[in-house]
Amino acid sequence: MLEVSSLTKRFGGLVAVNGASLTVAEGEIVSLIGPNGAGKTTLFACIAGFLKPNEGSVVLDGRNITGRKPHEICRRGMVRTFQVVKPFAGLSVQENIAVGAHTRIAGRADALAFAGKIAGQVGLGAMLDQSAGDLTVAGRKRVELARALATQPKLLLLDEVMAGLNATEILEIVTIIQQIRDAGVTILLIEHVMQAVMKLSDRAYVLNYGEIIAEGSPVEIAHDPKVVEAYLGHGASERMKSAGVSNA
Amino acid sequence: MMDSGNMQRIGWVVLIGALLAAPFAISSGRWMDFIEITLFAALLGQGWNILGGYGGQYSFGHALFFGTAAYLQALLQYKLGWSPWLTLWIAIGGSVAVGAFVGFLSFRYGLRGSYFALVTLAFAEAFHVLSRSLVTVTEGGRGVQLPLNQDPEQALATFQFTFAGPFLSEAGYYYTILAFLLIGFAVTGWLNHSRFGAQLQAVREDEDAASALGIDPFRVKMGAICLSAAVTSLAGIYYVQKFLFVDPGIAYGPGKSVEALFAAIIGGVGTVLGPLLGSAFIHLVGEFAKETIGAMLGDRPGVDLILFGIILVLILAYMPRGLVGLLEVLWRKFMAKRGGGNA
Repeated sequence: MLEVSSLTKRFGGLVAVNGASLTVAEGEIVSLIGPNGAGKTTLFACIAGFLKPNEGSVVLDGRNITGRKPHEICRRGMVRTFQVVKPFAGLSVQENIAVGAHTRIAGRADALAFAGKIAGQVGLGAMLDQSAGDLTVAGRKRVELARALATQPKLLLLDEVMAGLNATEILEIVTIIQQIRDAGVTILLIEHVMQAVMKLSDRAYVLNYGEIIAEGSPVEIAHDPKVVEAYLGHGASERMKSAGVSNA
Repeated sequence: MMDSGNMQRIGWVVLIGALLAAPFAISSGRWMDFIEITLFAALLGQGWNILGGYGGQYSFGHALFFGTAAYLQALLQYKLGWSPWLTLWIAIGGSVAVGAFVGFLSFRYGLRGSYFALVTLAFAEAFHVLSRSLVTVTEGGRGVQLPLNQDPEQALATFQFTFAGPFLSEAGYYYTILAFLLIGFAVTGWLNHSRFGAQLQAVREDEDAASALGIDPFRVKMGAICLSAAVTSLAGIYYVQKFLFVDPGIAYGPGKSVEALFAAIIGGVGTVLGPLLGSAFIHLVGEFAKETIGAMLGDRPGVDLILFGIILVLILAYMPRGLVGLLEVLWRKFMAKRGGGNA
């Protein structure tokens, strides 16, 4: 469904993403992991049209969308969320989600009704009239997710939707993401919460210094010495092993 | 308890009913003039509010749209003798074209915030200078004076109500500005209940998030500036038909730009009622200042402007949602008290 080939993005002399390639097949949940500053968010921005890559291509459903504008890409069925959430603070939760719904729904009443339905799916059903600016971090992350979902995407790019959440909230959102996939949406996610990555993903890519250094099932990745060396460090390697065992 | 949607609807019916009935109920010419001026500034504010309040693009040069419409409305009648009912459409179209031009240049290159404000200010000033210097087209600094129609039979055809018979000569201009303002209300009301309005507000809150959700910020902002120009142009048309005169200072001077954003910001940006509330507040305070401070210090022109400046700073600092925001807070407190805690 998504095919990224040898994508490179430079900022002046700094190569943020260096010849990265990845594919996502329909119905999959694929994770993109890597240490801070590895270039994950930059890669996301290039895929979703917020940055123009210097080299390489992005193909969605067989159509080349490299360098297209974000709103065109969204209309073609791929939508991203932001790591630093961007709620429309002056609008209510329902209105926030309706903005996404309007991508495919012209009527105001229909869009609001659809927004209400999506809000229910992500556990925001009781907060429809609350101002999005007044929500907790967990609430804002859900609004971010719900808005993206309301555009009725085929492929959803999630940028650290679990960062800053507590254990219970993470469990809830993991369940929600699984439900979204079961409803037929393909998902590519950036995540630091390993427990969630292990639990959710069919496959994972590891990005380090802008390059993909490993690819495979979460368990394979966790045992890949390159990944342990480059990304996890020796202290974290032990923790990772035990997490892998407990989730296997 | 009545739900807030019904309360709002009733409020609107009462307000519009009162405005429609005003000429019958109020016999004082001074008060009618006061209300008419208030509605005029409210219309300017409503025009500004579409782009500034709903779209978050603060313009300091809305005189561009007022002035372009005023000049087109005046010149086409004066030079070519066209009917004001025809020139009106050209005046609206001309303002929209200027809006599209300025919008294209600004938004294509992603100008936001104070940069956009400066560009609009610069364009208004450029038009100000041009209208003064292109004497063959605009009559320059002398301005354009339309001939006064004194034939009651021709009152409607010339869109002039001074000699229009007993009722229209009193209230013709009042109903003109009221009708224009109601159009402004209708447009902003539509923004509150439409896809375009939702997308415009999304762009105001966060452009990146909006574009991630399939919104083309450029297209939406272009739509907003054109709509804003169209509503503001109505004020220019009214002005020319009422005063039969326009010159560079009236048309493109900073006065109208400032009046427009004052009314909207003081009243409450991004609300339907804000510009009217703001305008009423400004004019009441202005009159009050002239009466009291003027009486104390003697005739000092500009005292009211100093006061407005102070009020504007205070509102921006402590009441970003303006008078409408204040009323909402008071209303909620009132309802909470009445509901005895279960509200």
